[in-house]
Parts: sequence; structure tokens; C-alpha cells
Amino acid sequence: MGKKVVVIGGGITGMEASVQLSALGYSVTVLEKESQLGGHLNDWTVLFPNLRKGNEIVSFLEHGLELQEVNVIYNSKISGIKKINKHYEIVLDNQKQIIADAILVATGFDLFDAHRKEEFGYGIYENVITSYDLEKIFAEKGEIKTPSGINPKRIGFIHCVGSRDEKVNNHYCSNVCCVTGVKQAMELKTLIPDAEIFNFYMDMRMFDTHFEELYLESQKKYGINFIRGRLSEANETIDKRIILKVEDTLTSRPLKMTVDLLVLLVGMEPSKGTKEIAKLLNLKMRESGFLKPEDDHTLSNVSNMPGVFFAGTCSGPMSIKYTFTDARAAVTKINCYLKEYELQHRILLN
Amino acid sequence: MSVFGFKINEARVIDYDKTDKRILNYLLENEPSFNLCIFCGSCTATCSAGNFTDFNIRKLKMFIRRGLVSEIATEAEKCMLCGKCFLVCPRGVNNRNIILKVRDALTKIENHEI
Repeated sequence: MGKKVVVIGGGITGMEASVQLSALGYSVTVLEKESQLGGHLNDWTVLFPNLRKGNEIVSFLEHGLELQEVNVIYNSKISGIKKINKHYEIVLDNQKQIIADAILVATGFDLFDAHRKEEFGYGIYENVITSYDLEKIFAEKGEIKTPSGINPKRIGFIHCVGSRDEKVNNHYCSNVCCVTGVKQAMELKTLIPDAEIFNFYMDMRMFDTHFEELYLESQKKYGINFIRGRLSEANETIDKRIILKVEDTLTSRPLKMTVDLLVLLVGMEPSKGTKEIAKLLNLKMRESGFLKPEDDHTLSNVSNMPGVFFAGTCSGPMSIKYTFTDARAAVTKINCYLKEYELQHRILLN
Repeated sequence: MSVFGFKINEARVIDYDKTDKRILNYLLENEPSFNLCIFCGSCTATCSAGNFTDFNIRKLKMFIRRGLVSEIATEAEKCMLCGKCFLVCPRGVNNRNIILKVRDALTKIENHEI
């Protein structure tokens, strides 16, 4: 019987890593807190940068799990983890105990709670929604209406909500919101061709393959408008439209605009589960709360606890593409560890 | 005796709901590359007129986007039409033609054609 690996979290990272670990001959158990696998991916209809369907990726991952016969425990909650010699004993809420020679933490992210940016009006004004809410509207596939029930003719997107903002104690960039804003603006424009769409940004961070091209396309083919300036506050008109106040930094003048619908591009935060597992296992975290590897360049995925590894968005915001890559990278680290290769202890001269 | 009074300053805020988008719409129709500008400022850096005067073509394009017609009219006269701004643009915005079309649009506004 092969050595046992327990994967905590059944999102993209957990699913892909389980498939790969199982293919290498390890006995893999996935602990998933929900009743289905796939995590946040289930909530995203169409993906950037090529507008492919989110459920294609889910089915790809599920097919892998079927091929490899990975054991999945749904609705599981971990109540304790003990280190016994070289292995770990994981205790679930139902007192079930699972032995692991190695653990992969793949507990992912939570979306930033937009209520915390009170001045943007989420939860106060009905026509202020988040990028996540907009995905749900897209998923319903009907006519696009604002929560007030009108067809929006002017729509604003606010970038960096909960990211790069010391007022909510999140100093980091969430990586994916800029391109999500461009993607969602294009989708909305397709559904409402006569709508005017404005994206309010601090910097456009189109860092990855085809992102910049998508940004250009959004201007060229869709006529999306980009205004460099951060929202100071949103107010509501008597007819429930939203008044935005920003500095139009490129004319150096304050600007006021009324929109029918305001979309807040919410960023990523370390998930509640990530924090809980970090506490149970005594894992090092960054100031941001994301998990910290032993070395940022040479030992990504390697935690401070022997035999405990992590991958995906529990270590920082990343797109689906990098989540796959990170999951597979962690698998090689786990494989090295379980086969007792001495690769991890290479010398760093300083 | 001097007249006692207060001067009322016009608000500096751009009220986007109320500004005049006729030139913007005319440009989007007649020089669609206008929409591709990312306001990097390379046009302004290379500008022959801008090196000796306060002409700033990037700002002019911003005024057009925001619908600030009085600012547009005074700025659009300052261009020498050398076309270097088109050569240097990383996104292929035909800045020279934008100036020509803005001047067209201003005439059309005067003649009540748009």
C-alpha cells in the first residue's frame, strides 16, 4: 500500500493535486467542507481571458478524480490535527481519524466582504453589487436588470475593492480583479449593446498572457471606457441611481457621474478555513494572512512543518492557470518528501 | 465707491451627466482609434507645438472624453499637424486626424449640424 496523503480542500488546487498524487501511486483522501467539489469555480460562468466556460474546467478535474479513484469525504470538518512521529493524525468532527504521511493544504480564498467598504454603499444602496453578484446574474441567463428592475444604460465598475487598501488592511493586489472587470464589462456590453460602461481603476494590471489583448479588445470592439481614479464615495439619487465621486486624475479635476448599476470588483482574502488550518498546524502566515513558504524563491509550497505542504490561493491571490501550476508544483515537493529525496535541503550560499 | 459683492466661483467638478458629448460621439464615429488611447502621454512628449507652448494633446483628448467643449475649442487650435504623435503612439491612435476631426466637429457645432 502506498503512502497516504490528505488533501484539505476540494477546489481546483485540491482536485488537480489529488489526481496527480494518485497517479504517482499515493493513496489520496480529499477533505471537502461543502457537499460538492470545485469551490469558487462553480460560481464563475465564463472565465478570462478567453471566455471559456467555467464548468468545462470543473468537468476536466472531475474526470481526473474518476480516473484515479480518489477518496473524497464531503461535508467534513476538521476538529484537530496531531503530529505523531513522522505522520499526522487528522480528527474529523464525527470522531473519524485519518492518518497522513503528508498533508496538502489547499484551503483557498474567501472573497472580500464589500460591506466593509461602507462608503461604496454595498448593502446600503440596492443597485450596488459585487463582481460575484454579477456572475450570478450572468448565470441566470435572462435579461440584465438592476436590482431595482430597470435595464441599466450606464454601468460603473470599481477596481481594487478590498485590495491595495490599507483602510481594510489589505495591502496586496488580488491579481485577477482587473481582468475580471474587463471581462465582465465586455459581457455586459454584449448583453446590453447601448449601455455605456466605465471602469474606474488605480492601475490596470494586465500581467498575464492575453490580458493586455483583452483590454485592447474591450476598447476597440466594445467601447469600454476607462477612467483613472478611485471612488471616494457613492451616494444614491431619489430614483435609486448611484452617484459616483472620483478624481479624474488625468484631467486633475474632480468628476461626478450617475450610473444605473455599480459593480464592485472584490478581491481575495485568505479563507476562514486557511486561517483555521494554519492555527491547527501552527503554520507560518504572512502579514496578509496568506500562508508563507519556507523560501519565496526556492521552496514555494513548503511549509514550516515537516510533511505539510500548501498550494493555490491559500498562499496568495492567483488565477486558475497559476492555481493548476501551483498544485502540480506542490505534488513534486510532496513526492520528493515521501520518497526521501534530499532535494529540499540544498545549500543556499549567502 | 466700489461695488461690494461676492464672486461666485464656478465648480471645478466635471459633472459627467451634464457635459456635452457631441465632439466625442463625432470622433468615435469618424476616427474610431480615438477609443484606444490609454493616456500614456507619449504623444505629448513628442509634440512639436507642446515643446514650446502649453498645448497638451493628451489633455485635449481627455477633455473630449469628458465633454468639456470650451476647453476643447481653445486647445484644438494650437496643434501644428506635424503628425509625430501618430508615429509614436503605442496603440496606433491617429492623433493628427483626431485634431482635424475635432476642428470639423467644432465647425459643425457652430453651424448646428451636430
